[in-house]
Amino acid sequence: MTDRLNLYRFASPATFYPLAGAMIPYFVAVSVVFGIAGLWLGMLVAPTDFQQGEGYRIIFIHVPASWMSMFIYLIMAFWAAIGLAFNTRLSGMMAQALAPTGALMAFLSLWTGALWGKPMWGTWWVWDARLTSELILLFLYIGYMALTAAIDDARRADKAGGLLLLVGVVNIPIIYFSVQWWNTLHQGSSVNLAKSSMATTMLWGMLLMAMCFWMYSIAMALMRVRTIMLERERHTDWVKAELAHIVAGDEK
Amino acid sequence: MIHWASFSDFIAMGGYGFYVWGSFGMTALIMAIEPIVARRNRIATITRLQRQLRAETRNTAE
Amino acid sequence: MLKIITAVISRDLKLAMRRQADIVSALFFFIIVVSLFPLGIGPEPDLLRKLAPGVLWVAALLATMLSLPRLFADDHRDGTLEQLAIAPHPLGLVVTGKVIAHWLVSGLPLALIAPVLGVQFDLSAEALVAITLSILIGTPALSGIGAIGAALTLGLRGGGVLISLLVLPLYIPVLIFGAGAVDATVTGLGGEGHLSLLAALTFASIGFAPWAAAAALKIALE
Repeated sequence: MTDRLNLYRFASPATFYPLAGAMIPYFVAVSVVFGIAGLWLGMLVAPTDFQQGEGYRIIFIHVPASWMSMFIYLIMAFWAAIGLAFNTRLSGMMAQALAPTGALMAFLSLWTGALWGKPMWGTWWVWDARLTSELILLFLYIGYMALTAAIDDARRADKAGGLLLLVGVVNIPIIYFSVQWWNTLHQGSSVNLAKSSMATTMLWGMLLMAMCFWMYSIAMALMRVRTIMLERERHTDWVKAELAHIVAGDEK
Repeated sequence: MIHWASFSDFIAMGGYGFYVWGSFGMTALIMAIEPIVARRNRIATITRLQRQLRAETRNTAE
Repeated sequence: MLKIITAVISRDLKLAMRRQADIVSALFFFIIVVSLFPLGIGPEPDLLRKLAPGVLWVAALLATMLSLPRLFADDHRDGTLEQLAIAPHPLGLVVTGKVIAHWLVSGLPLALIAPVLGVQFDLSAEALVAITLSILIGTPALSGIGAIGAALTLGLRGGGVLISLLVLPLYIPVLIFGAGAVDATVTGLGGEGHLSLLAALTFASIGFAPWAAAAALKIALE
C-alpha cells in the first residue's frame, strides 16, 4: 500500500522534477561506462567477421539504434495509454520528451544501415522490409512531433498525440507485414542480413552498446521532461520557487 | 587480447574505415549535439519563465 | 443504429451536392496527376504498363487527402459538431456515416474514372478490372484512416499539410495491397489474395477508425 502511494507521489511533477534532476547524472555515468566497455569489446577485442570483414562493426551501433527507435515508440505508446486511461499529467510529458530521441535513433539506424549496406550490398539503400519499416517509423515520429507542436493547448496536445501513438502502434505490425510481403514479392530473398553465428564477444559488445544507448535515451528524456515540466507548470508555486533560486545555465 | 596490430590498422578497419567511422562519427555527433540542444532549450525556457515571473510580480506589487 | 448512419450519410451527401465543384476538382486533380506521369517518364507502353498501378494508387491517395481537411471543419465552424458530440447517440456512429459519405463523394468517383485512365497506360482488360476493383475496395479504408487525421488536426493551423504527414504513413498497407492486386493480375498470379486483404483492411478501418476519430473529436472539442 505504501509502495502504491509512493508511486503516485512520484507521478506528481513537483516530486518527479527534483528526482529526475538527481537521476540524470547517474544515467549519464552508467551510459558512459557501458559505452566504454561496449566500444572496447566491440572495436578493440572482437575478432574480424569471416563474412563481412571489419565492416560488421557498424552493427555495434546500428542494432542498438534500431532497437531503441522501436522500443522508445512502444514506451511512448505505453505512456499514451496510461495518460488517456488515467488522465495523468506526467505521461504526456514523458511521451513528448522521448519523441526527439526516438526520431534521432530511427535516423541513426537508417544512416548506419546505409553505410553498412554500401559495402555489403553494394548500394546505400535497398527497399528491404526492415529498412523500409524503419523509414516509416521515422515518419511516424515526425508526424507525432509535428502534431504535438501544432497544438498550443498542452492537454489537448498530450491527448491528441497519445491517440496518434496508439493508432500508430496498432498499425506498425500491419505496416511491417505488408512491407515484408511486398518485399518478398518484388525482391525474392536476394538480400539477407548475414545471420552468421556471432562470436560471444560480438554479442556482448552489442548488448553493452544497447545498454549504453538505453541509458543515454533515459537521460535525454529526463533532461527534456524537466524543461517541459517547468513550462507546463509555470503557474504553480513549486515552479515559481524553483525559478527563483536557479540562475539560468548554472543550476545543480 | 587487443585485436589490432597497429593504430593505423584500427583506423583503416580492413578497408571499411569510411563506412565504420562514418557511422560512429554520425552517432557521436548526434549524441554530442542532442544534449547541447536540449540544454540550450532548457536555459532559454528558464530565462523566459523567469522574465515572465518577474513581470507578473512587478504587476501585482504595483 | 443504422438509422443514425443513413441520416448522416444523406445529410452529408446533400451538403456535398451543394458544393459539387469540390468533388469535381478532386477528381480532376486525380486525372491531371495521373496524366502527368507519362509526360515525366516517357511514352514506352511497357514502362507505363508496369508503373500504372503504383501511379494510379499514389494519385488516389493524394486525391483523397485533398478533401480530408473539410471532413469535420465545416461542421465544426457552424457548431453542428458540438451538437452531435453531446447528442445521446454515440459519436462513433455519426463519424461512420460521415466516413461513408466521404467515400461516396471522393473514393467512388476515383474508382469509376480509374479504368479510363488505365487505358492511357495501355492496361489490358483484366488489369483494368483489377485496378477498378482495388480502388473500389481500398478507398473506404483511406476515408476511415483519414478521418482520424482530420479529427486530430481539427482547427489547427496548417492542418492540411499536417494531415498528410499523419495519415500518409498509415496508408502504406492500402497502397501496397491495392497496387499489388493489379500487379498480381498482370503477372498472372491472380489478384484475389491482395483484394481480400484489401477488403480486410477496409472492414477493419471502417469498423475501428470512426471510433478513434470520435475520440479525437472529443479531445479537440474539449
